[in-house]
Amino acid sequence: MKTWRPFAKPTAGEPLAREKDNTAESELFFRRTLVVLFAVFLGFLAVTGRLVYLQVLNHERFTTLSESNRVRVQPLPPTRGFIFDRNGVLLADNLASYHLEITREQVKDLGATLAELRQRIELTDADIERYRKLARRAPPYTGVPLRFRLSDEEIARLAVDLYRLPGVDIKADLTRRYPLGSLAVHVIGYVGRIDESELRRLDPGQYSGSTHIGKTGVERSYEDLLRGRAGWQQVETNAEGRPLRVLSRTPPTPGQHIYLSIDVRLQAVAEKALEDYNGAIVALDPRNGEVLALASQPTYDPNPFVNGIDFASYRQLNTSKDRPLLNRALRGIYPPGSTIKPLMALAGLEYGVINRYTGVFCPGFYRLPGSSHKFRDWRHGGHGSVSMDQAIAQSCDVYFYNLAFGLGIDRLHEFLDRFHLGRLTGIDLPGEKGALLPSQEWKRRVHKHPWFAGDTISAGIGQGYFLATPLQLAHATAVISQRGADFKPRVLLATEDPGTRIKTPETPRPLPPVAVKNPQFWDTVIAGMIHVVEGGTAHRIGIGAKYRIAGKTGTAQVFTVGQNERYNASRLARHLLDHALFVAFAPVDNPRIAVAVIAEHGGGGSKTAAPMARKVMDAYLLDKYDQPAAARDTQGDARPDGSE
Amino acid sequence: MDRSREGKFLRLIHLDLALLLGLLVISGMGLVVLYSAGQRDLALVTGQTIRLGLGFAIMLALAQVPPHYFRFWSPWIYLAGVLLLLAVMAAGDVSKGARRWLDLGVLRFQPSEIMKLAVPMMMSWYFAEKPLPPRLWHLLGGVLITGVPFLLIVKQPDLGTALVVGCAGAFVLFLAGLSWVILLGLAVMLGAAVPLFWTFAMHDYQRQRVLTFLDPESDPLGAGYHIIQSKIAIGSGGIYGKGWLNGTQSHLDFLPEGSTDFIFAAFSEEFGLVGGCLLLTLYFFVIARCLYMATHTPDTYTRLLAGSLTLIFFIYAFVNSGMVSGLLPVVGLPLPLFSYGGTSLVTIMAGFGILMSVYSHRRTPTR
Repeated sequence: MKTWRPFAKPTAGEPLAREKDNTAESELFFRRTLVVLFAVFLGFLAVTGRLVYLQVLNHERFTTLSESNRVRVQPLPPTRGFIFDRNGVLLADNLASYHLEITREQVKDLGATLAELRQRIELTDADIERYRKLARRAPPYTGVPLRFRLSDEEIARLAVDLYRLPGVDIKADLTRRYPLGSLAVHVIGYVGRIDESELRRLDPGQYSGSTHIGKTGVERSYEDLLRGRAGWQQVETNAEGRPLRVLSRTPPTPGQHIYLSIDVRLQAVAEKALEDYNGAIVALDPRNGEVLALASQPTYDPNPFVNGIDFASYRQLNTSKDRPLLNRALRGIYPPGSTIKPLMALAGLEYGVINRYTGVFCPGFYRLPGSSHKFRDWRHGGHGSVSMDQAIAQSCDVYFYNLAFGLGIDRLHEFLDRFHLGRLTGIDLPGEKGALLPSQEWKRRVHKHPWFAGDTISAGIGQGYFLATPLQLAHATAVISQRGADFKPRVLLATEDPGTRIKTPETPRPLPPVAVKNPQFWDTVIAGMIHVVEGGTAHRIGIGAKYRIAGKTGTAQVFTVGQNERYNASRLARHLLDHALFVAFAPVDNPRIAVAVIAEHGGGGSKTAAPMARKVMDAYLLDKYDQPAAARDTQGDARPDGSE
Repeated sequence: MDRSREGKFLRLIHLDLALLLGLLVISGMGLVVLYSAGQRDLALVTGQTIRLGLGFAIMLALAQVPPHYFRFWSPWIYLAGVLLLLAVMAAGDVSKGARRWLDLGVLRFQPSEIMKLAVPMMMSWYFAEKPLPPRLWHLLGGVLITGVPFLLIVKQPDLGTALVVGCAGAFVLFLAGLSWVILLGLAVMLGAAVPLFWTFAMHDYQRQRVLTFLDPESDPLGAGYHIIQSKIAIGSGGIYGKGWLNGTQSHLDFLPEGSTDFIFAAFSEEFGLVGGCLLLTLYFFVIARCLYMATHTPDTYTRLLAGSLTLIFFIYAFVNSGMVSGLLPVVGLPLPLFSYGGTSLVTIMAGFGILMSVYSHRRTPTR
């Protein structure tokens, strides 16, 4: 090909590329080169102009900046937004406090400086170790905190000698405070000092000058809203680096105040209702997914965490067998027990396995075809002949063993999955667990065993591999109460701009609704749930109620009873007693609250859990609270701007 | 007489006297500034001298290669370069958060560096075949040749190099005589695409990043710190400068990277506006001389290649001085022949070697 002999002169006979004309192309290139040369000239002219601007027009300003004085850029951390409950009761604010910080490049001998400081204030090795870690990552010209929460006496002792310690400063800052202590701690969470793993992933610009970050709860999930944006100032400093004057200042943008959907009065009722049981109560507004109360027992006080809880207290919290740090509402996984029976009945109707008139004879046990293993009913001796409505109201296990067998695990899994069982509800709190809705695929993958028919039978009454969180149960109950309409549970009710005080309400976050073939299926199942309270297993809480309740009791086995033994609560130790569960919504005609209760080792759902749910519903629906709803406004607190 | 002998000798070794002198003067100035900016560290200056020597040797070696070899190898070098870029993507080493390096056991290098030469070579090869000015559909080929390595380098990510490679391709298009109408159309399309992209295809945090990139002073705790200190260094230099070894900004460690990407600030602090203008004039002289040489080569391939290589040099000098003085966003390009460091120096000197070759071989036809 001629392309490979580029410099061969064309001979007369060789046809050139059709329109190739070297002279014309040369001229074209020359014209373009002139344009380019002019552009290059303009480019350099622009840079020259810039140099004139900097070096002639602004020379004096820059000389000032560069000469004996130095310019430092100081970050101005933003003020964290407050947290309120739905009625405006303050849940978290900031309190002025003082800490000691050291700017590394201004300290000639760090060891000597630390020794000097040690003579005046208490400094632990942990303080110094943390300082060294933080200082390694921070630019040398920024101050790094050494000691937090200086007492007035310590400040006085330091202030006298501060002039002899270049690079050492006392800084005012704001400490997070949770005035209600442990109340709703599992929703609010707490802030703590930024740790090393967080340092690595955070934006260094936004977090320089910040020492704290949301660790759990809404403090963590709404960190970005609460935090605000950092500002900065350019300051002129003397030769030792002490600020002389501020040259320019871009103020920080304070974080948003947030309003939670929880009502602290209802929260207090829920936490009190749990008595001394470990467990959880979740109350939702089924019409929009707002979390009205989210109690997890036991609780703990978040305030010591803010500036670093001491090791002994932390170990006590962390190793206690009651696990107070565990948010049982989102992360506690329990066998849902009989509370899933309404959903099972709905699945049976949906797939035509049963209809509302289907009856079953319950002899007190169930045997799979061709097997001698007895799946027992909770009632020794059985319920006799039961309809679907009675099966829900009396919680007949045999009815649902039969139903589960008829459905099969695949359809059971497919239907219950629609209610977010076995997967996250998507609540706006960190750390939610998906728990477990078992399936054939799951068992093969995890247990390396095939699915057995007996597994389906256990799953049919919420036992076996089946696990759920209290939040999932409350959410599923809310979906039933709305006849399929589904909202993502959320605790954020509104945000408020701290400057303008303009409130922006959050809108409900609808999820795809759960559809069934015939809307009357909902009525059938809800009727069964009403009969649980009116004459069924939870009839005791129906007595004297001023509104109608639909519910379902549940009892989750902790201790496996032998094949031929009887479960006898009075002979078992407390920690071997069954978990008590109850789910409910009310009022039946226009549901405004959906509740799930789990009391660990509470014995039976009807005896222990149902009365707890009644207390919560009474308080909410009848407005029966111990304390009035007056919002305490503490926003007038001192708020120093962080400068000296 | 003496001079003509010298000229004859230079012609014999295929070097252009004017260009050589220009490069030597700039390099010499660079060493002087580096001594001051690098805190009087002689080892730094020695190292840079060795690098410069190596660069000039490469230039001399490439000047001996007749241009048709470059032309013959253009597509192959280009192809190899693209394959190496793909290899980097698959198995490259990550350094400072970007995947740029290829480790061949004995040596580590950046294939993207090759593309700074390979893209102009391939583009010139492609358009030298076509009757010029190029038609609209030839434009497609050109966009493809430049676009593929450009995107691969953006992915690494290495915006500075990607910018150089993209510009190199664009320069060939322009020098090849692409019609002003098409150029205008492209500019309008690009102008229309940007706001669309901004509104629909970008997340908030990405927009924030671009804004910081365009206006580093909005982030003085991060990217803006360099620029603020750099502007103070330049501005405090005034018209005549603080004098050699008297710069305070760079000596007090206020100016980060004072001997590499930000050496222009250290230079301007000590030599002032006068020094800055002198340096820019020298760069302009070198570029003008190179463009003159480009117009005096015999065929389209050599003209396009020489022209685009010259403009790559311009991009380095312009973007760096513009960035350091706060005129342009921060892009990590060194000041050619001035900044301490070897990788791009070798590429730039290789470019001058090719320029020397195509100019000095103009009267030796290769049949």
